[in-house]
Amino acid sequence: MTALPLILTVFVACAVEAIEALTIVLAAGLTREWRSTFQGMAVALAVLAAIVAALGPTITLLPLTALRLVVGALLAIFGLQWLRKAILRATGYKSLHDEASAYLREVTAAKAAAPSSRGRVHDWYAFTLSFKGVLLEGLEVVFIVITFGANQHDVGAAVIGAAAAVIVVAVTGVLVRAPLARVPENAMKFAVGIMLTSFGIFWGAEGAGVSWPGQDAALLVLVPVVALVALCYTVLLRPRRGRSPAEPAAEQVVSS
Amino acid sequence: MSRLRSIGAFWYDFVVGDDWRVAVVVVAVLALTAVLVHAAGVNAWWLLPVFVFAALGWSLRRATRS
Repeated sequence: MTALPLILTVFVACAVEAIEALTIVLAAGLTREWRSTFQGMAVALAVLAAIVAALGPTITLLPLTALRLVVGALLAIFGLQWLRKAILRATGYKSLHDEASAYLREVTAAKAAAPSSRGRVHDWYAFTLSFKGVLLEGLEVVFIVITFGANQHDVGAAVIGAAAAVIVVAVTGVLVRAPLARVPENAMKFAVGIMLTSFGIFWGAEGAGVSWPGQDAALLVLVPVVALVALCYTVLLRPRRGRSPAEPAAEQVVSS
Repeated sequence: MSRLRSIGAFWYDFVVGDDWRVAVVVVAVLALTAVLVHAAGVNAWWLLPVFVFAALGWSLRRATRS
């Protein structure tokens, strides 16, 4: 496999998480104070970079078979989570992740919080809100960067995809100065879920000892098949429901 | 102790998510695949995709019925 699918998969996955982190950072910065918000964001990015720097090279030292088995299992489980949520959202069983309402919630909470300073941080609330937001959203990106990068022995390419996504989202956020509510997040999550599940199945089965027909070319069949199955489930669930997606959903989800 | 519990809960939610049954199916089928390949000599490449698709459907069915 060339580096391009790896970079693109990590880019899309990272962009989704970066959009959600941007919403929190904007809420903290515009409502409270930018300096403390940037401090929180910088510390979170440093922690995430340290995790990648520590785990990336270490995990590549593992035997490839064991690595593919463990990483494949984790990716399949993780990817199925994304896919399940994306299908439930597409069919109206879960509420869509709405950046505009998420932003309003964060702004309301940020306005209500009392000001307090600790050490060099003027506004502790803005710092912790920004730190937690970036760290939690970033952990999913780190997971994808490390697992994809380690399996392809190209953590650098995965980091390039993640960094490019963060830069694109950050620059767009600075220009717009508002949550990126128009980005089709669910469609992006659907696509990432398909990629994670496909690679998870491929690497997991390889790690268990199977030889895929066509070797790496099997992925060219596996990815469309996973996409097709996911789309079939989406279509099948829509008419069964018998009510419009605008009605209250069975599961309300506002997190990623 | 409560901090350890909350860290454990975070990682469980992070990796396993809303439906633990899907994770169990994936792990069990990978183990079965390894047994078929190494003990029975069957190149069971088709086993994991079939069960993953079934597990996804099962999980969606449970979620939409609840």
